[in-house]
This record gives sequence, structure tokens and C-alpha cells, in this order.
Amino acid sequence: MQQLNAQETPSVEPIRPPEGQEPSKNKASKSPFQLAFARFRKNKLAIVGIVILVSIVLISVFADLLATHDPTKSNLLLIENGPSSEHILGTDGSGRDNFSRLLYGSRISLIVGFSAMIFTLMIGTTLGSIAGYYGGKIDSFIMRLTDLMQALPFFVLALTIISIVPEITIALFVTIIALTSWPNLTRIIRGTFLSLREQEFMLGAKAIGASDFRIIFKHFIPNAIGPITVNATLMMAQMIIFESGLSFVGMGIPQPTPTWGNMLSQAQNIRILRNHPEAWIPAGLGIFLTVLAINFIGDGLRDAFDPKSNRR
Amino acid sequence: MEVKNSEDNTRIAEDVLIQVEHLKKYFPIKGGVLKHTVGHVKAVDDVSLTIKKGETLGIVGESGSGKSTLGRMIIRLLEPTEGKIYFENDDITDLSNRKMRPYRKDMQIVFQDPFASLNSKMSVSELIEEPLLIQTDLTKKERKEKALNLLEKVGLRADDRNKYPHEFSGGQRQRISIARALAINPKFVIGDEPVSALDVSIQAQVLNLMADLQDEFGLTYLFIAHDLSVVKHISDRVAVMYLGRIVEIAPKDDIYNNPLHPYTQALLSSVPVTDLSKKSEKIVLEGDLPSPSDPPSGCAFRTRCPLAHDRCTTERPHLLNRDNGHSVACHLHDNK
Repeated sequence: MQQLNAQETPSVEPIRPPEGQEPSKNKASKSPFQLAFARFRKNKLAIVGIVILVSIVLISVFADLLATHDPTKSNLLLIENGPSSEHILGTDGSGRDNFSRLLYGSRISLIVGFSAMIFTLMIGTTLGSIAGYYGGKIDSFIMRLTDLMQALPFFVLALTIISIVPEITIALFVTIIALTSWPNLTRIIRGTFLSLREQEFMLGAKAIGASDFRIIFKHFIPNAIGPITVNATLMMAQMIIFESGLSFVGMGIPQPTPTWGNMLSQAQNIRILRNHPEAWIPAGLGIFLTVLAINFIGDGLRDAFDPKSNRR
Repeated sequence: MEVKNSEDNTRIAEDVLIQVEHLKKYFPIKGGVLKHTVGHVKAVDDVSLTIKKGETLGIVGESGSGKSTLGRMIIRLLEPTEGKIYFENDDITDLSNRKMRPYRKDMQIVFQDPFASLNSKMSVSELIEEPLLIQTDLTKKERKEKALNLLEKVGLRADDRNKYPHEFSGGQRQRISIARALAINPKFVIGDEPVSALDVSIQAQVLNLMADLQDEFGLTYLFIAHDLSVVKHISDRVAVMYLGRIVEIAPKDDIYNNPLHPYTQALLSSVPVTDLSKKSEKIVLEGDLPSPSDPPSGCAFRTRCPLAHDRCTTERPHLLNRDNGHSVACHLHDNK
């Protein structure tokens, strides 16, 4: 072993790093997540989304305090009444207070959207990581399974399950949505894994003897957190729409549970559609705002995690 | 380096750390609708070599010559298609991931691309402590101390430990990679073109660092490079690879002063000379590296060899010892 001599390579300096990095005394070091968060905060649209979503979450949390009536209690003397000082948004076909139902409805939408998203995320991340990491036969098997699931008409499948099951609870509803919507996410996560798998840091993790579990959870998932979060967020919006859609056609959470979809389904009645816009427009607006806010947040996250993506 | 001529020779000499026998890596080429195998890329084709304790074996070759594949197979990051790998006295060729883990403590790798080889979501201290966490029973405090110690050894500041890889330059990142590789006191380190991505001035620093650390820790290196001048400084012996095969292997001075294989001669003549008084003849190779999926018959180098003759087309030359550890695979030297 010999040292380089100065004739053959231009500069041989002592081992101190020459690259003029400012001493980091004043400046705190930022992790990639903190940097992403800083970029997110600069995105105005995403902040608007956050404000809207937080307000809706607050409404749903404090619905008990804000509501003027019991949302499930019907009063047959007050069917399809217009707005009054007692019932700000009037009453529905069973004489239940629309305003209180609107407030409580946000709860169902958010709970269904959020828990279905978490559930799907768990299935999708697990299967996608396994498929992407192990490859080969395991990968083929999981991918054929997703093909199979995607070939089934999702909506019809969900409707079939719902109509077979005697009593629909929120938990069951969430399970049905999650079990039918995991294939997309699985594909995305598998694809991300495949692109990361050949990177040298993944090989490096293997070289130090890291377990499969560690490679997936310490090395893969933190690096895939961008696509995972973005897709999860957008998926949540989709699931809220899906819940409302099913409730609208009467296949969702059954009455008298207040949900925005249930409130919208009143609009199937031409009389209410024409004469009582105050009964269904707020519910529609609720869905619209929630989904829009979540999508803004999703887009903001996408830009934050991937600074290279297009920005005006 | 001796070529083993029988399979029964599994006993390894005392001073040998790594022995590789008839190692092959064929990557299948999938084609057609049903993705059946239509051919193979012979990335590494029958390579045998030994690495002695404490020495540095340099491997040079063009891109696509299979040098990185060879290195990755030796530390079992890639599964060999055929052949045997011995570490000290143990056959590690077929060990499962779990059984391989204790051996991974003794062998590490420093990769080429300093931007892809560090997990960008982990801080420097996490990166350096991770191997300690996996391979040792040290407490959190001990790991932290050790990481600080290593940071200092590779020439980084202690307050760099909470930074993230994106805050460093290429050379600094390579130092982090080296610190991470050395954290668990390995016996054997592969440098997979560790300086190719760096500026020349930084290259020298990193090479010197690696040389110093070798002295300090008694490391054995396998140093992969595509540049003969880089390998020259750090190696004790040099192997030249062409199209998945070793064409010449010899002690450093022999390779540089008395290259026997026409390919080695061509490579050496292409190294820029700083001493202008020394006249050198430039041998310019024509054509490209042939496809490793369809290597030429006989000698793989014959298509570009200025001295090729009939025998080169029909017969594959074997890597044979000419004198004193200088082996070459070329028919021109058969009768010597």
C-alpha cells in the first residue's frame, strides 16, 4: 500500500474535508421530512385545504355541542318543513332536523373516509412491499390477485355484498370499501419498491445484514412515503365520494344514521329537489368542500415530497 | 493466484481470506410473449481467484466487463449461477440470508455512487450506527461514541452527525459510506469504484483515506475501478477483466511494467503519461466490447486483438501461471 505522490495526482491534501461547508452552528440541520414540510407550508392552496378540513373535523368533533336537535329523532308533525328559527335548514321527510343531521353527517363521512383509507393503506402497503421486495413467484401471485380484483366490477361487487349482508354497520361498510379498493395502491407501492430496490442504498442495507423487515420498514417505506401519503390522501377523498354515492342510492349506511349521502338522497324526491334546496344543498356542499380540501392537501403533499414536479 | 484444476481442492491456505472458484453469473434474457429465457448475459464467466489477508486486489475492466457483478457475488449481494465462494475456511456460496448474517460482519462494500448509496432519510449518525445496531450488542451510548470516533477517523466533524446526506458533497458522502462500512470492523472491504464519481482532487483524498484505514485496521481490499491509474496506487495485485473473464492477473509492478495480454497492453497505453520524455506507443482498440450475451468463440478478445490468429477463434485460452504469480489467458504466451 502506498500513498499517492503529488506528481501523479494534482492535489493531495490532508484528510480534512475541503468542501467549504459553513459550520452548522447557527443553522439547525433539517431532515428531508422537515424540508418537505417547509415546502408544503409555502403552498397556499394546500393551506386552504388544511383550514377547510380542520374546520370540518372540528365541526364533526363538536357536533354534540353545535347541534340544536337530536339528529335521529323524528317528529311526524314537522315533515318537510322549510327553514324556521327552530330548524334553520328545515326538517326532512321524517321530521328530523336537517341542520343537526348536517353536522353529524360530517362525522360519518370523515370516519368512513379516514378508516377506509387506513385499512386500504395497510393492505396495500403490506402486499405491495412484499411483492416488490421478494419479486419472482410471490410478486406474480400478488399481481395476478390485483388483476383479478380489478377485473371485477367494483361497484357491483360492493352493491352485491351490501345487499346480501342483513345489517350494514359503519365497520362493515369500511371493510367492504377497503377490501375492494386495495389493488390500485398495491400496484403503486410495488412499482415504487421496484424502482428503489436496485438503488445502492438498498443493497447496502442488505450488505450490513439487515433483516427483510428492517429493509422494508427502515429503508423502503421512508423513501416511499411521498407516493404513499399522496395516494392515501387522494384515496380518502375518493372513499368519501363513494360512501356518499352508495348512501345516495340507498345502499350505504342505513337511515336514520345521519350521513351526507343520506341527506342528498332526499333530493331524489322531486318536491324536495324543487322546493327545499336548503335540505340537500348544504350536504352536497359539505361533500364537495371536504373532497376539494383533501385533494388540495394531496396535491400540496405531492409537490412537497417531490420538488421536481411541475409548479407554476 | 493459481488456477485450480480439480474440484477437490477446497482446503484454503492459511493466509487466504477469500477464494473464488469457477464463479459464473448468467443473467437470463427473457423474451417472447411468455417470457421464456431466450439467452443469457454472461456477466461473469468462470472466474477463479484468491485474495490474501491484508492485500489489496485491484480489478480493472471496461464498463460491462463484469467487475461489479463479481464483487457483488463475492459478498453475496447477487446469487452466483455457478461456482464456489470461500471466506476464510467456510463455503459461503449457498448460505441463506439468515446464516449469512454473521459473515456480513466481516465483509463490507463501498459503492460507486455517493448519491444513491446512502439512505437520504437517515441522518449521518443513524447511518453509521445502523450496522452496529444490527451486528453488535453495543448500547445506544456506545454506538454513539463509536460513530463519533469513526466520523473523526474519516475526516468529518462531530457536529456533522445530525446532518442528512443531502447536506454533503460527493466526497464527504463517500467518507460517510466508508465510516458506515468500517463501523463493524470488517476484515474485507470491497470498493466498487468508490472514487469514480468524484473529482480528481477528491479522489486522491479518498484513496489516501482508504489506504490509511487499511493500515490501521488491517483490512483486505478488493478494489474495483475502470481506471488503471487509480488502481495502481492502492493495489498489491491487479486483475484485468474482459467480458466476464480475467485475462491477466499479476503483482502490480508486473502488470504495469511487463503486461503480457494484448488487452492489458492496450489499456496501459491509453493511460495519459505525465512524463513526456518517455515515448509511448498508443495501441488503439477498434470496435466496442462485444455483447456479453453472445461472446466471440475462443478468446473473447480476439475480435479486437491486433495479434489474433486462427487458434484464438477455436480455442478458449485458460488463465495460466507464466511466472511468479503472473497469470495470463492468451495463446501468444502458451509456449513460453
